[in-house]
Amino acid sequence: MEIPYTVEPRPDTGLYNAKLGIWLFLASEVMLFGALFSTYVILRTGNPNWVQHPMNVPLATLNTMILISSSVTVILSWASLRLGNFARFKAYFTATLLLAGGFMVVKAIEYNQEFTAGLFPWSDNYMAIYFTLTGLHGLHVVGGIVVIGYLLGPGAKMYKTAPEQYTNRVETVGLYWHFVDLVWIFLFPSLYLL
Amino acid sequence: MGGHDSPEDIAKETRTYLLVFAALAVLTIVTVSVSYLDMNRSQAIVIALFVATIKGGLVAAFFMHLLSEEKLIYSILALTIVFFIALFALPIGTIADAVGEHFTMEGVQHPGEHAAEEGH
Repeated sequence: MEIPYTVEPRPDTGLYNAKLGIWLFLASEVMLFGALFSTYVILRTGNPNWVQHPMNVPLATLNTMILISSSVTVILSWASLRLGNFARFKAYFTATLLLAGGFMVVKAIEYNQEFTAGLFPWSDNYMAIYFTLTGLHGLHVVGGIVVIGYLLGPGAKMYKTAPEQYTNRVETVGLYWHFVDLVWIFLFPSLYLL
Repeated sequence: MGGHDSPEDIAKETRTYLLVFAALAVLTIVTVSVSYLDMNRSQAIVIALFVATIKGGLVAAFFMHLLSEEKLIYSILALTIVFFIALFALPIGTIADAVGEHFTMEGVQHPGEHAAEEGH
């Protein structure tokens, strides 16, 4: 039996099912990160002796630029697919994958510096919330790498048999990836600059 | 955003994406530069979160196509925003709440204090 509404929009929602699904998932993600941001606000405002360790701002700025660039490459890859240019799509999508990997490498360097300085999640409240928020965000980046890697590798076969459905899959993972970027846009000033 | 736009439309969108990218890069530099200025904490928080909100708005509006989406997605997001605000407001409300705190009004003596003064 064929799965309905993978390409054409459902008449009642106006959306193909995967798009509605990803937006519902992103709504739940807003609540997940919202709960942690709220925890951060409570911990920080409730503690008059809050200890703010100096973080590596240049590395975090570099990671911000990397994620912003990856947001552009992922949307350009989708635009290339809509134009029917699979070779250009692959180039942009591969660039997205490399940028995502680059983000994790920079994050690993940063974590290593913090561990070397004796800063661990159990050191104090700031380090606890810092590692929780950046760690959870990092897991989301890893999740994105897995899905983008699948769509570039074995999942790319679908383009030959069902190009429109494949294009929709790329749009869906793109929406997820922009959300990951969006979370970092707020994490960066909250944890590194304030 | 559908998959049946003309090549001209897609080319126009691509130019918009690149402009948004440039704006995001500039705003990132602004955020970092402002953090090095000599400001008090509340000013720094307001500016940093204001710039982050603009950046987030650009990503949501252009990259996530929220400028031209279906009504159902707007409804889902509106509900999400309501719960998101509640998620912040409820815990912050517990801090702002003064119920149970001991406080005294100037010029008013409590019966216990009065009795203690008479005893001396």
